[in-house]
Amino acid sequence: MESVSTTAELPVHVRMPRAFARPVLSACTHVGRFGMMLVELARALPEWRQWLPRTFEQCENVGYGSLFIVMLTAGFAGAVTSLQAGYQFTGSVPLYIMGAVVAESIILELGPVLTGLILGGRIGARYAAELGTMRVTEQIDALEALGRNPFSHLLLPRILAGVVMVPVLVMVANVTGLFTGWLAAKGSLGISDLDFAYGSRYFFRPFDLWYSLIKAEVFGIVVTVIPCYVGFTADQGAEGVGRAATRAVVLSSVTLLILDTVLAKLLL
Amino acid sequence: MIELRGVHKRFGAQVVLDGVDFTVEQGETVALLGPSGTGKSVLLKHIIGLLLPDSGEVMVDGLSVPELPRNELARLRHRVGYAFQMGALFDSMTVYENIRLGIAEESCYRDKGFCDARVAECLRLVNLAPEVARKMPAELSGGMKKRAGIARAIAGEPSYLLYDEPTSGLDPVNADAMDALIGQLQEELHVTSVVVSHDVRGSFHVADRIALLHEGKIRLAGRSEEFMATQDPVVREFLDRDFQLLQARH
Repeated sequence: MESVSTTAELPVHVRMPRAFARPVLSACTHVGRFGMMLVELARALPEWRQWLPRTFEQCENVGYGSLFIVMLTAGFAGAVTSLQAGYQFTGSVPLYIMGAVVAESIILELGPVLTGLILGGRIGARYAAELGTMRVTEQIDALEALGRNPFSHLLLPRILAGVVMVPVLVMVANVTGLFTGWLAAKGSLGISDLDFAYGSRYFFRPFDLWYSLIKAEVFGIVVTVIPCYVGFTADQGAEGVGRAATRAVVLSSVTLLILDTVLAKLLL
Repeated sequence: MIELRGVHKRFGAQVVLDGVDFTVEQGETVALLGPSGTGKSVLLKHIIGLLLPDSGEVMVDGLSVPELPRNELARLRHRVGYAFQMGALFDSMTVYENIRLGIAEESCYRDKGFCDARVAECLRLVNLAPEVARKMPAELSGGMKKRAGIARAIAGEPSYLLYDEPTSGLDPVNADAMDALIGQLQEELHVTSVVVSHDVRGSFHVADRIALLHEGKIRLAGRSEEFMATQDPVVREFLDRDFQLLQARH
């Protein structure tokens, strides 16, 4: 109470800069710690005997474990895109355009972004909660006390699993979305297979797939590096772990959406 | 030999260590006493570089811990076993895998036969049944977790053993058994040990020397007789709880 009244008694020209300085200092601290984490990750790369076997385990976790939810999301996204395009375009443009709308929407945007957001929630929360719990139960301290490097044992396998598996999942999402989009168009609008295939290829350029892959790679880094940092630096207690999980999902999702816009501007 | 000289540590506005001087000679067991929240565990973590001092020196075997490069710090940590308060076992691994992770030498760590024998030996030393090796940490009681944590700490055959509150949360019978285990390990492994505790009776039982941490400083360090004889009101107040029992023992 004493400190509150003391602060309140401070003149405005002291209180105002303080109010601004705290978040700025906090942000600078996080930037510095995040940078240090990236440096430590790079230094842990030669310790491949530690991170390689664990990366395979995490790949199974991220890849196989997320396959169903990714296919489900992409499947519905493809079908809805097809149905809404049909609702908007029927009677105004040739039906084969449906193929182009579905293919381009899925490959350029919906496949990578929806997969990224789903994985940001699924593996982002998991990573932050796992690492946060390890932090507050002193398991990370224990690893360090044993002379082992937590970056090669815990962080690098999780991040590399995302870098490897997210592009694979995005390609699966693209194929699933296209397939359900085609089924929906065929079933509700009566478009022929040939027309759909013609439309899909009409606006398609090979770079579209590269663009989708580049986005997937970037999103794979975002949805693993940020949750790993947040979990690794979690505060004490169960509340700290909960806060870390929430923050990891929010931060990775917002960063993903910002980078989605930046990449569209830079690459298209 | 472990030596801390003028170590200061603060977290935000809270001063935890305020110029601590603390020495542990080779081969002895020192109990670090103090009420909860006085910074005993913080001091212990300085010894293996899990925390760095704001100022002051932390020396182990003549090496300045805060200044060691990463590789040398890892090598030093291989010589120091740390038994955490709640065991800090990796909950995604079995007890076997946990203890195996304590084997410092990489070639030994990859040798399954060596690991099997070493894990069995460590379990025997901490009086745990061999079947425990297959269990997950969640299947163990609090006391078993602490023992498994100690087994992991000794798996790398360290020269130093640091115990963080080994008897906290245990019933009196298990606390006595833990004290006996610390004594037994001291005899069998000939390690230099630091036991952080707020259990006066147990500390007098296992330690060659005792130190009391109070308000960020070592208030008194000496043999049990010196503790018994002191008229320092702070030390007396802390000992009072078990004083009658200690008098009866001496």
